[in-house]
Amino acid sequence: MSIDQATVRRVAQLARITLAEGEVAHLQGEINAILSFVAELDGVDVTGVEPMTSVLPMRLKRRADAVTDGGIAPLIVANATASEDHLFAVPKVIE
Amino acid sequence: MSDLTSLTLAEARDAVRSKRLSSRELTEAHLAAMAAARPLNAFITETPDRALAMADRADARVARGEAGPLEGLPLGIKDLYCTEGVQTTAGSRILEGFVPPYESTVSSQLWRDGAVMLGKLNLDEFAMGSSNETSYFGPAVSPWRKPGSNAGLVPGGSSGGSAAAVAARLCLAATATDTGGSIRQPAAFTGTVGIKPTYGRCSRWGVVAFASSLDQAGPITRTVRDAAIMLGSMAGHDPKDSTSVDIAVPDYEAAVGASVAGKVIGIPREYRIDGMPAEIDALWAEGIAWLKAAGARVVDIALPHTKYALPAYYIVAPAEASSNLARYDGVRYGLRVPGRDIAEMYGNTRAAGFGAEVRRRIMIGTYVLSAGYYDAYYLKAQKIRTLVRRDFETAFADGVDAILTPATPSAAFGLGEKGGDDPIAMYLNDAFTVTVNMAGLPGLSVPAGLSADKLPLGLQLIGRPFEEETLFALAEVIARSAPAIDLPSAWWSATAPAAHR
Repeated sequence: MSIDQATVRRVAQLARITLAEGEVAHLQGEINAILSFVAELDGVDVTGVEPMTSVLPMRLKRRADAVTDGGIAPLIVANATASEDHLFAVPKVIE
Repeated sequence: MSDLTSLTLAEARDAVRSKRLSSRELTEAHLAAMAAARPLNAFITETPDRALAMADRADARVARGEAGPLEGLPLGIKDLYCTEGVQTTAGSRILEGFVPPYESTVSSQLWRDGAVMLGKLNLDEFAMGSSNETSYFGPAVSPWRKPGSNAGLVPGGSSGGSAAAVAARLCLAATATDTGGSIRQPAAFTGTVGIKPTYGRCSRWGVVAFASSLDQAGPITRTVRDAAIMLGSMAGHDPKDSTSVDIAVPDYEAAVGASVAGKVIGIPREYRIDGMPAEIDALWAEGIAWLKAAGARVVDIALPHTKYALPAYYIVAPAEASSNLARYDGVRYGLRVPGRDIAEMYGNTRAAGFGAEVRRRIMIGTYVLSAGYYDAYYLKAQKIRTLVRRDFETAFADGVDAILTPATPSAAFGLGEKGGDDPIAMYLNDAFTVTVNMAGLPGLSVPAGLSADKLPLGLQLIGRPFEEETLFALAEVIARSAPAIDLPSAWWSATAPAAHR
């Protein structure tokens, strides 16, 4: 399977990565090289094989549904480019 | 003790514990070596003030008779581990200047046990790479060179800074992480020991995520014993990581030097790949002979789905990465590049903040997870994973205790030699290591000899889940049988003495 330039642009949009126009053809080539590399899997019969969804045969542990921390708003926003009153600040979303 | 940086971790531990050596002296020697080795670009951030303060506290604990297992021992930390109050970049522009307000569980266990932090080690961006060349902070350089050549070699990746720093005696040991071979391949390239433990053995909490079902923490060291000591402090159950396993941590160091008589070693024919250099095959044969001489029994085994592990990995890992890296949007931390609206801000931030290899993998991952392709790619790859793991389970059920393979298909290559326009050439470096991540098993790389170009080569031991002790025992046999590997003189340093073993 190979992808066209429109698909490259659509995937970049989904991934929220702005592409420069000159990058599209290059990325198309690289992505198609990787897709052709993984096409080797087409020949494998996986009928009746369960997907591996857990590395180890174990149940995910659960804990009590209780508050375990909090009151650290200054720490949470400490690395933000823009914050006000312990809130993250972003460009206006609603017109 | 004239050359404190040439001590092994175990030797330094014993000297500090018995008060023959202070942590202050040991730490100062390593800080000097680190400062003199900047041409290697092994560290992204140096933390000398913190190191000396930690060393003084360690010396005070030794004086009070409260020495921990790693008391006063200077270590390097891969810059993928979050360190409280110290910049953590993951080798990426998008995290430049990020100062975590918390400490990763694994590094906190090292400090609990008395270790000293020298600084944060270089790596491929978000651990995506096999040569350390995708780092935003420039490539780490191997201390190794071909005799008579000044050409720079890669230390491997993604834990290239860890491997270079340990090999060049800038730290006694280092933390690293391994998603497809990122501990074992750089260890093999630099003549060091690296172990990726069983998935779940070490907590992933506070380690910047790449591919969560594959990522695992582990050490890079100069000896097998040192790796066992490090893993003993790094491993253990952590309620903050739901995939962390609640099994007691054994005394790994006790396994070093244990008898391997009667152990059954599997040799998988599928690892004898087309175009493999004869010297790799010869090294493998030597490793088999050394283990036989130590009383192990060697049997041929089949792991028929081996060749599908790498292509399946390049679906699973990018898919998980595209999900994990969605958090870098310029809002809560890291780089922000403005745009006309919030969507353009996201796009501009991620375009500028991520390097080419990371963008490529996010794109692949986004594609294989997108509507209509999920079953054909991701679900299929997860089924292949079941088949890869089943191969190993069959071998273990047939009585195999561990599996011996080459660690890498070649010795270290030159800076700028691979990658570029052909990502697959770089990916093939992980052909022998990636199966282990796909199956969640422990794997260890141990130096076993030199190539025709006098560069280190490693052998890999693969074990049953949670049987790291078997790997330490077998690796020690190989390490004792292999010829001594002497690092070239310290060309990178105007002041440090030549390193000898």
